[in-house]
Amino acid sequence: MASVISGGAARGKLVSNERIWPAAGETRLPYWVYSDPGLYALEQARIFCGPTWNYVALEAEIPKPGDFKRTFIGDKSVVVVRDGAGGINVLENRCAHRGAQFCQRHLGNAQEFICPYHQWTYRLDGTLQAVPFRRGVKGQGGMPKDFALDQHGLRALKVARRNGVVFASFADAVEPFEDYLGKEILALFDRVFDGRGLTVLGYSRQLTPANWKLVIENIKDPYHASLLHVFLLSFGLNRADQPNRLVIDPSGRHAAGMTWRGEQKRTADNVEMRSLIEDLKLADPSMLEPVKEYAQYTIVLMTIWPNLVLQQQSNTLAMRQVIPKGPNAFELAWTFFGYETDDEAMTRRRLRQANLMGPAGFVSIDDGEVMGFVQQGASQAPGAAGVLEMDGSGWSEETPHAVTEGEIRAMYRHYRKVMGL
Amino acid sequence: MNVAEISNPRELSSLELRGVIDTLYADYQGCLNEERFEDWPGFFTEDCLYKIVPRENFERGLPLATWLCESRGYLLDRVTAIRKTAVYAPRAIRRLYSGIRLLGWKSNTIEVRADYAAFETLLDEMTRVFNVGVYHDRIVFADGRPKFKEKICVFDSVLVPNSLIFPL
Repeated sequence: MASVISGGAARGKLVSNERIWPAAGETRLPYWVYSDPGLYALEQARIFCGPTWNYVALEAEIPKPGDFKRTFIGDKSVVVVRDGAGGINVLENRCAHRGAQFCQRHLGNAQEFICPYHQWTYRLDGTLQAVPFRRGVKGQGGMPKDFALDQHGLRALKVARRNGVVFASFADAVEPFEDYLGKEILALFDRVFDGRGLTVLGYSRQLTPANWKLVIENIKDPYHASLLHVFLLSFGLNRADQPNRLVIDPSGRHAAGMTWRGEQKRTADNVEMRSLIEDLKLADPSMLEPVKEYAQYTIVLMTIWPNLVLQQQSNTLAMRQVIPKGPNAFELAWTFFGYETDDEAMTRRRLRQANLMGPAGFVSIDDGEVMGFVQQGASQAPGAAGVLEMDGSGWSEETPHAVTEGEIRAMYRHYRKVMGL
Repeated sequence: MNVAEISNPRELSSLELRGVIDTLYADYQGCLNEERFEDWPGFFTEDCLYKIVPRENFERGLPLATWLCESRGYLLDRVTAIRKTAVYAPRAIRRLYSGIRLLGWKSNTIEVRADYAAFETLLDEMTRVFNVGVYHDRIVFADGRPKFKEKICVFDSVLVPNSLIFPL
């Protein structure tokens, strides 16, 4: 373990050589996990390009043949496209010729993908269709006779679709999506994605100056919600003195937190929540008039490793896609959606409640800001470690309360295994 | 010009009207840049619509706003968040408005477009461009004063530098 480390260049070098996890296991979280550039590069290879299922799109974003969406898996830009046969292909956004990112729009429609540089042309499944001047001009130049188009397609990823949601993997050996999620998490996934058609309500994107893992940890940390979020806890939307249930998949990488809405009042159980404001009232309460939508739970927040937070907060539904941007920043791409069966009142409700979330969210502003504070503090002391002892040292697949950091410990147990730490 | 006493705005000359609207934008800019957020809802009608929308949603007709206020009450609730509930690092946001275009009257409403740029200064950091876009505004006269009935801020940058806490 590094003891006291100072100085920019020296720090970076030293830390790369000092990736030794504290002997206390997952109750200590070494701060170099958030800032070490070498570790970040390894995460790209082992996690985002490894045997994981990464969220890339809702099918409702690309309803027609030729519709495409440009997005990211880790550092890598990919294009999600619906082909003429109804299949969905996920292709690396990198021309097989010279590496240009041929797709430069978030959403669009194409009959084929043409790289603008030398107009190499690809079918929607990524196979190379044509190379200009392949036979030369006036008998001169051209590609070698044995140049095989079928050897030079775009890199096509493995694709999993479930009830309108698209995931992709760079690893051919990844397990089936349903096994990857596990029984409990899959059931909670199906609770929101029950086969009904989805409608996209819109996007929000924010660039947060913090390591990508911090946003996953934030969702796996029910401890903070009752303390940091004055808005959330004062209105009884999510608090430790409400009924809570946490579920962790057997591998430790995915988790879900479920709560039932409570009341806005002081009780013996929330006396330690000093930021609870009892007389907080909305000048226009129409922003927060949720209706019961699901048979069970008013809020379910899920993390699907490694890049998705699935949010059902009362009547707001959103995919929060985590896109790392180097060790010190991540983009959080929010896609808000509803169901095709929603009436106008429900859509209005979803849009109003969306005020709680996103870069201007009454609740999520706090998270983005605090993650930045953690990144700043952790970066100044990579050799030090955070403390994760709330509710002991291990974790259970089932926890009936929110006063725990077990989900974070479980995630790092899995992370250490994958990363060889 | 005393903007408090405009009883028949339709009879203002175009020059006078421009003066009134320019003054409204200057006052609005001053209110926000000086962080007099409590005064901010007063620039709007009771039944106002105020939105901050990424350009990608606006152009595709997607209804989601990053920030949605459907009445003056929503604006007051945002002020409560800024003052009482939100947790955030101290910052200064300075807004500059330019190119105010009066598109004309539609019934009792003046349609206006104006470009804006907002700059953010955080602790220990250089000032940076925070948000750039265009206002799609509708202005009415209530009690002889111009008020925003609608203010839609459509921003180009799409990617928000972490948090959008203060109004634009």
